[in-house]
Amino acid sequence: MLDDFLLRAGLAGVGVALATGPLGSFVVWRRMAYFGDATAHAAILGVALALALDLPVVLGTLVMAAFVGWAVAALAARGRAVDMSLIVIAYGALAAGLVGVSLAGGGRINLEAYLFGDILTVTARDLLVIWGGAILVLGLLLWRWAALLTATLNEDLASAAGLDPARERLVLTLALAVVVAVALKVVGALLIGAMLVIPAAVAQSLARSPEAMAILAVIAGMLAVLGGLAGSYFFDTPAGPSIVVAAAVLFVASLLVRRSR
Amino acid sequence: MPCLRGRAVKDNALISAQGLHVHHGDLPVLHGIDLAIARGEIVTLVGPNGSGKSTLIKALLGVVPASAGTVTRAPGLRIGYVPQTLSLDATLPMPVVRFLSLPMRHAKVEIAAALERTGVAGLEARQLSTLSGGQRQRVLLARALLGDPDILILDEPTQGLDQPGIAAFYALVAEVRAERGCAVLMVSHDLTVVMRASDRVICMNGHICCQGTPEAVLDAPEYSALFADSATALAIYRHAHDHSHDHDHDLAQDHAHGDH
Repeated sequence: MLDDFLLRAGLAGVGVALATGPLGSFVVWRRMAYFGDATAHAAILGVALALALDLPVVLGTLVMAAFVGWAVAALAARGRAVDMSLIVIAYGALAAGLVGVSLAGGGRINLEAYLFGDILTVTARDLLVIWGGAILVLGLLLWRWAALLTATLNEDLASAAGLDPARERLVLTLALAVVVAVALKVVGALLIGAMLVIPAAVAQSLARSPEAMAILAVIAGMLAVLGGLAGSYFFDTPAGPSIVVAAAVLFVASLLVRRSR
Repeated sequence: MPCLRGRAVKDNALISAQGLHVHHGDLPVLHGIDLAIARGEIVTLVGPNGSGKSTLIKALLGVVPASAGTVTRAPGLRIGYVPQTLSLDATLPMPVVRFLSLPMRHAKVEIAAALERTGVAGLEARQLSTLSGGQRQRVLLARALLGDPDILILDEPTQGLDQPGIAAFYALVAEVRAERGCAVLMVSHDLTVVMRASDRVICMNGHICCQGTPEAVLDAPEYSALFADSATALAIYRHAHDHSHDHDHDLAQDHAHGDH
């Protein structure tokens, strides 16, 4: 009874969870949740760009997410009111993207697929892109792990150890752009932020070291994907939102586990 | 780092500043700082709040860029840095043993030895966020020592400690210096305690007002002018001085007030 499309969907979700676990942990530690949302919303603008220029959607979202991530980081470095700027950018990009997609694609574009994901239509080629992106992000984070952690803990401490905190911020911005580009198909622009933050929040209740938290976040993300897909299959509910609901249920369960200890 | 130039280091200075200026935006914070720290000496920076002590430390570390002048470090200089505070995000689980291996891995025995040296043996498995202020500062010092530093740089390392805790911490710093021969550069508000443990005191307020042995600085009119306005400093000053002076206390400026 396990159909091919379900298998591909599961593999796609597991691939995304592999990258969102450790990256989401950094998003939580560094309080970048709004930053993640702004970058993810910019993906819709990327979709519009790709449609207008007849480029692959992944490329459009990657470029746009990287650009917005860079712009937000530059604003933050200048000490502008980050919270406010992020909302302006996040919703400005989302709205402009929606207008752009409608202009570029006319009525034939299924917007819902970009907003909430379309994991059940993942093709073998999509799988290749998703796993390629996830492994790239994972490799980048593993390579910079100690430096990223030190800079997250205290930027002055990192500088004194000969590291460059600005470079580590750039690494995270790029990793975020890649994750947004590959996760768009799976959970959609509106729910990528949830896939970053909720599994990490689940792990945070249980972990006693940063590495344990990253690994637990991967596991929580995978459980959410598989649970959400199962729910979607049996109750005929939309897959992307079902995955996020499963993640939220895991989060509540993790709180109960922590309280009972 | 733009503020560092590969210039030859004069004498045996570990780290030095030549004509250093630093601005925060349009605001000048440091101007015309000339400073050299020699191997093995303990130097303390004192000055009122907002006098640029922490900024000078950060410029020497390379965190804050110089707007003019240069900072020179001896080639291959190993710096052990103890920051003012370590504000931990509650979402980041961090056992002490992991923290001490960031960013460089160290062997378990080395970590145990460093913790023992700073008087907090056996804390490896504890979460950093559950330590008391005194324990946390000693763990930070242990981390700085693990890199086998040529110079320890401590930015007001005793914030939040009580008087016996402060005295014990500085005694520990002096012991470590005596054992290892590393230089120490620290910023402090705890004037009397620190001054007793310093070879040289630098009194600053945007620029270097005066410097010398602790006794010489305590006697300098620039020093009393800077601190006469501050109640705690005055108490310390009276305590340290049982003879009379006729310094011009009207020179005291408003900048001795204010928070961080």
